[in-house]
Amino acid sequence: MTKKLAALDVNKCIGCMECMFACSRRVGRGGFDKSAVRVRSAGGIERGFVIVACRACENPPCAKVCPTGALRERKGGGVILNEDKCIGCGFCAQACIMGAIFWDSERNKPIVCKYCGECANYCVHNAIGMVEVKAEA
Amino acid sequence: MLTQAKDMNRVLYIDLTKKDNKIENREDLFDEYLGGSGVAIKLLEEECPKGIDPLSAGNPIIFAVGPLTALYPSASKTVAMFKSPLTGNLGESHTGGRSAMAIKLAGYGAIVIKGSSDIPVYLAIHGDEVKFKDASSIWGIEAVAVGRILREVEPGAGVRTIIRIGRAGEKGVRYACAVCETYRHFGRLGLGAVMGSKKLKAAVISADKSIEIPKDKRKEYKLVYDEIQDVVVETDAMEKYHDLGTAGKIYEMNKLGGMAYKNLESASAPEEIAREFSGENIAEKYLSRRVSCAHCPVGCIHLASLRELYEPGYYFKTTTIPYDNETIYALGFMLGMKSAEDYLRLIDVVDRIGMDAISTGVTLAWATEAYERGIITKEHTDGLDFHWGDVQVYSEAIEKIVAMPNEFYQNLAKGVEHVSSIYGGQDYALAFGGNEMPEYHTGIACYLNNLTGARHSHLDSAGYDLDQKLIGKEFTIEEVVKGLLKEEEWRQILSSLVVCFFARKVYSAERVIKALDAIGIENWTEEKLEDLGRVIHRAKMDFKFREGFDLAKLRIPKRIFEVPTPHGFLKEEDVRKAIEIYGEMIGGDIQN
Repeated sequence: MTKKLAALDVNKCIGCMECMFACSRRVGRGGFDKSAVRVRSAGGIERGFVIVACRACENPPCAKVCPTGALRERKGGGVILNEDKCIGCGFCAQACIMGAIFWDSERNKPIVCKYCGECANYCVHNAIGMVEVKAEA
Repeated sequence: MLTQAKDMNRVLYIDLTKKDNKIENREDLFDEYLGGSGVAIKLLEEECPKGIDPLSAGNPIIFAVGPLTALYPSASKTVAMFKSPLTGNLGESHTGGRSAMAIKLAGYGAIVIKGSSDIPVYLAIHGDEVKFKDASSIWGIEAVAVGRILREVEPGAGVRTIIRIGRAGEKGVRYACAVCETYRHFGRLGLGAVMGSKKLKAAVISADKSIEIPKDKRKEYKLVYDEIQDVVVETDAMEKYHDLGTAGKIYEMNKLGGMAYKNLESASAPEEIAREFSGENIAEKYLSRRVSCAHCPVGCIHLASLRELYEPGYYFKTTTIPYDNETIYALGFMLGMKSAEDYLRLIDVVDRIGMDAISTGVTLAWATEAYERGIITKEHTDGLDFHWGDVQVYSEAIEKIVAMPNEFYQNLAKGVEHVSSIYGGQDYALAFGGNEMPEYHTGIACYLNNLTGARHSHLDSAGYDLDQKLIGKEFTIEEVVKGLLKEEEWRQILSSLVVCFFARKVYSAERVIKALDAIGIENWTEEKLEDLGRVIHRAKMDFKFREGFDLAKLRIPKRIFEVPTPHGFLKEEDVRKAIEIYGEMIGGDIQN
């Protein structure tokens, strides 16, 4: 079953950034320079938070602009990155109007959500969670 | 840039006079004192000359984070140290927000700010880049608006902290605070005034780095992390601090008779007042959002939303206001407020102007009683008619404390210890060690905490907690002093790691050692941690003694003996004896 990450209820987000930390922790890092999910205030904490994460689009714009075929569509929505093919042009990040493709400046490669759900495991207030792609259609 | 946790020992030194900075590796300090309070007190010893005026260029401001910062849940606090303009000795205040994460991931274990700028400036610290920027156009602006402006002009949205002062700090109100992320504060002991004296309006610090977990430790790190996360989420911390927040204990504290009301005229307010100010009532009527500090799943920060008609013609405004236990006490109970709405309005005033809510409330409570007793007249108050519960008068008084239109307000801006030494009424001037008292009137332990705690803060040794545990039990004064000292010593470790005190039950010695080990900081033992706690505590006390603090000269306001606690009436001779025992316990060098 194909799953994707979703903002279940952004009003439940307390801005703890545990999702961001969890994502970089997968590769043994404390911080968020490898994180494919971001949380920031919606222009001041009183307005609440914005959760920026890959929506796993059907027909994803990021894949369409990839000149080398490094980003290919995942069955059911979203993309899979083949890093070997990626030349680091950054077109994918520009094409994502959600701003959900982040940049690894160390390696000059995009940071693309792998839909693993590690971030959601640490969201104790259930602001984000994994959902089945089909259930949303 | 990538660093391992054991190498996170860079100290950024900033000179505001010369507009210069340098970075030094201080593994000597971080290896021995961990970080936070431990490293900060050592830097304070190095950087703060004996006997200097706290509002002079020579007083350093030190921000320090610790080895667990950005790596474990609820290791979310930053320690600020400086010489306090309020007490004249140790200034130490903690805050959360995003400050700790931002400082650590900008690549620093500590930041030392010295000197004084000739023009208003703010610091823009983005990783290794340090810039001094002209703050002339934001000088004189309230703390909330400064955040709004800098948010737009500086990069780092979501991964930065904005520490700033309001007008109170600029004008040198001795209990001015520094505001962080709009709703968090380095509240106590006057950091805001020290920043103001340096013409430092704000510091924006943003993260651009990561900490690498050694390859052979990654499995262990994840296991320890998950254990801590589970405990944080499953202990009562979550329920206690997330649901109603710290305000959740207001009603019970009042019922217990441990809540100072109207300048401690009594230790509990009438039932209808307690209901009005209860966490339950405020949550039902005003709670609009709960938020957390970076890397803490608890979310204890409670924000109220207040919709008001402020001018005829449908001019409404909606204000978001943070509330918690201590501000409900200081600006609600102490000032005899009758409605939660008025209390929220007053917090908003205090927040915008940038003053410590506890000190402001206690100082105004003294002024109200002094006015009622006729020591203070309308001539002093510049025409204000101080009386309990009047939010309008108190709001105007707060403006006057900052504007200082006459000598009385100049004195009021120096705190209740000072103002009462000029006009009298010391018997009911509720400061301990020069710091205005926190909420509790629970018994001897809370006052010993206030008197002997290095920061004169209820969080030094949680005396209020010990008092409650001792209700109905037999105990000796020695046991109380010993218990408080042990708690304060252990809290030095927590504030060196730096872990939020709300997660204190999670971070047992055993777990701390495991957590350190899993990020490559090895060879700590329970004994070593306990020893270090003692060393840091004594270093803080030594700094106080060096600056003239004297246990034998501690003033104890008579009022606390006139109102019964849940343990009955306290006796001055018991408190004095306890202070003496405390002096003996911490060693001979107290008779300076």
